[in-house]
Amino acid sequence: MRGVIDRHPFWSAVIFVVAAVLVWMIFAVWPDWLKDLIGRKKVFLNALFNGVTLGGLYFLVASGFTLIFGLMRNVNLAHGSLYLLGGYVGYVAAEVTGLWLLAFPVAFILVAAFGILLQFFVFRRMEGQDLRQTLVTIGISIVMADLMLWIWGGDFYNITPPEWLSGPMTTFFVTTVKRSGDLVFLKYPLVRIVIFAASVVVGIGMWLLLNRTRIGMLIRAGVDDRDMLSATGARIQLVFVGVFAFGAGLAGVAGVVGGTFQSLAPGEDVRFLLASLVVVIVGGMGSIPGAALGALIIGLAEQFGSVYFPTYAVVLTFLIMVAVLAFRPQGLMGRS
Amino acid sequence: MALADNRLASDGRDRPTWFERVPPAYWVGGFLLLVMPSFASDFILFQIFGWTFILGIIALSLMFLAGYGGMVSLAQMTFAGCAGYMVAIFGTSAITDISLGWPWFVAIPLALIVAVLLGTLTGWLAVRTEGIYTIMITLAIAAAFFYFTRQNYVIFNGFSGFNGVLPPQLFGVDWRGSTAFYYLTLFWAALCYFAVLYISRAPFGLALQGIRDNQRRMSALGFNAIAHRVAAYAFAALLAGIGGILLTWQSAQISPGTAGIGAAIDILVVAVIGGLRHPIGAFIGAFIYVILKTFALDALEAIGLAGERFQLLIGLGFLLIVFWSPDGVLGLWARWRESRSRDPLLERGGERP
Repeated sequence: MRGVIDRHPFWSAVIFVVAAVLVWMIFAVWPDWLKDLIGRKKVFLNALFNGVTLGGLYFLVASGFTLIFGLMRNVNLAHGSLYLLGGYVGYVAAEVTGLWLLAFPVAFILVAAFGILLQFFVFRRMEGQDLRQTLVTIGISIVMADLMLWIWGGDFYNITPPEWLSGPMTTFFVTTVKRSGDLVFLKYPLVRIVIFAASVVVGIGMWLLLNRTRIGMLIRAGVDDRDMLSATGARIQLVFVGVFAFGAGLAGVAGVVGGTFQSLAPGEDVRFLLASLVVVIVGGMGSIPGAALGALIIGLAEQFGSVYFPTYAVVLTFLIMVAVLAFRPQGLMGRS
Repeated sequence: MALADNRLASDGRDRPTWFERVPPAYWVGGFLLLVMPSFASDFILFQIFGWTFILGIIALSLMFLAGYGGMVSLAQMTFAGCAGYMVAIFGTSAITDISLGWPWFVAIPLALIVAVLLGTLTGWLAVRTEGIYTIMITLAIAAAFFYFTRQNYVIFNGFSGFNGVLPPQLFGVDWRGSTAFYYLTLFWAALCYFAVLYISRAPFGLALQGIRDNQRRMSALGFNAIAHRVAAYAFAALLAGIGGILLTWQSAQISPGTAGIGAAIDILVVAVIGGLRHPIGAFIGAFIYVILKTFALDALEAIGLAGERFQLLIGLGFLLIVFWSPDGVLGLWARWRESRSRDPLLERGGERP
């Protein structure tokens, strides 16, 4: 930390000032001139919260993508389809059993199993042929999109969270002061907060798994040098299958989360594939912290964009991507 | 059509004239294509062949980048869509508030220049990365263009886009008439095809192929790899722009969906199905795609499936091709020829390795 500050004194100061302003904007009661400038604080806080929670969802999708890429150099362009499949499977599971929580393990296991099939029958056959693998995943995503359209139709599906999670939660963030002097606190949907907390837990869990366990050690070694790892006698194919299953299952879980947050429909697969592409390009390919940072940036950019300049909200995220590519092609946290 | 046998006559005999050097398949194919309007119906001329040539030109631009440059770009449809939009904006369309109504000899070159600029910019971004990264970045750029045109109403007229974009009435000919449009697309398709063939053997194309095979060695020889790649993007954007303008004229409209993500992937499918090893592959792939897209509905209903399962058919076909013949139909053809010329006694290939 100290080393970073010593090396980049100017940028550290900029980041520090921005963070301080942000903290002030979140906690302080806004004076009138700021309200005149950018609107009410409630709108700002809602955009902030929506951005952060959307970032959590993006992280769930993109972390599996980046993990698979980092280890196997395989750009799985069917990742969005895995997301949508997980969402539909979770929807069916929740409808049949009536248990929202059950949707998560069912989606994880089924989509992970599908991922194992993919790894066995597709990717293992064409190891080392990056381009061909990518083309095959495009084909798979076309076929899967049409099959899912066939089974579930073009309707919107919504996974309803259980009773104890629905409804708003009063947070301790002050939005405004009433004339009587009472403080008005921000209300925010509880389910989004819970899901965001869960994705933070998943992220920390992945970090611990990667950095503190033997399996994580194998995976990190595989990322660095696959051939050398298999030469030392590690059963690398087993690691590949495991990582692919885990990444696919994570996409499935993200599908359930997305179905609860938003809705499931044809076309969402492409949307989330693009989101995870942009997230990992911004954050750096193959890096879990990079995926977290990228997801946060993209989620915030999308939400603030749609609130403050609605016409160009989507373009903003791509502008961020272009800027990162132009000045730091390996991504913010990527290694060159 | 002609599967060009590009070997020049290098043996000791007299050098044949250029007339003799053109392989017979070219003569037959060219003659058939030229006399096509005398026996084919308007539907076949305008819908099947017009569309085949247009898709073929756009896929050809991808084939040029991927086959000779080793860069698979999903943004080719974006360049095409950009040129189509620019023709609608600078030229005439039914949206008179936005269209500037400039004459065609200003609007069309300007549209191509804008498309080439966009292609150069995209290339400049994309060549910073390699291989699979290129696919992702160009896909992201294609998506950005799609969303931008869909949300921007001031310049791109948002969701509905432009309609009533018609080709100019040059020489008193209605260029959207089926025969005239057929010859128009045929002319541009042939021009682009031979341009790519020429460039692939010109010093620039050879250097590009060298960079594809070994960038470090080419850099050591003094070639500027980045500049060659960006130039390849610019040229491919020019081809795609020509295709895009023709596409806009054919359907007389352009909207964000024309350059959407599905369309971008379709171009990749076309190029890969045909085969990336020779420019003709783009047109073969486009022909297969158009035939499938036009007749799949009837064929699927005949075997008892709903017609909207077309995407499934295309996707499965694409998967099969990528799985078993990464070189597409051209690869299958080459393998078949090789197996025919194989000597059953020696179990060795013919004269060609």
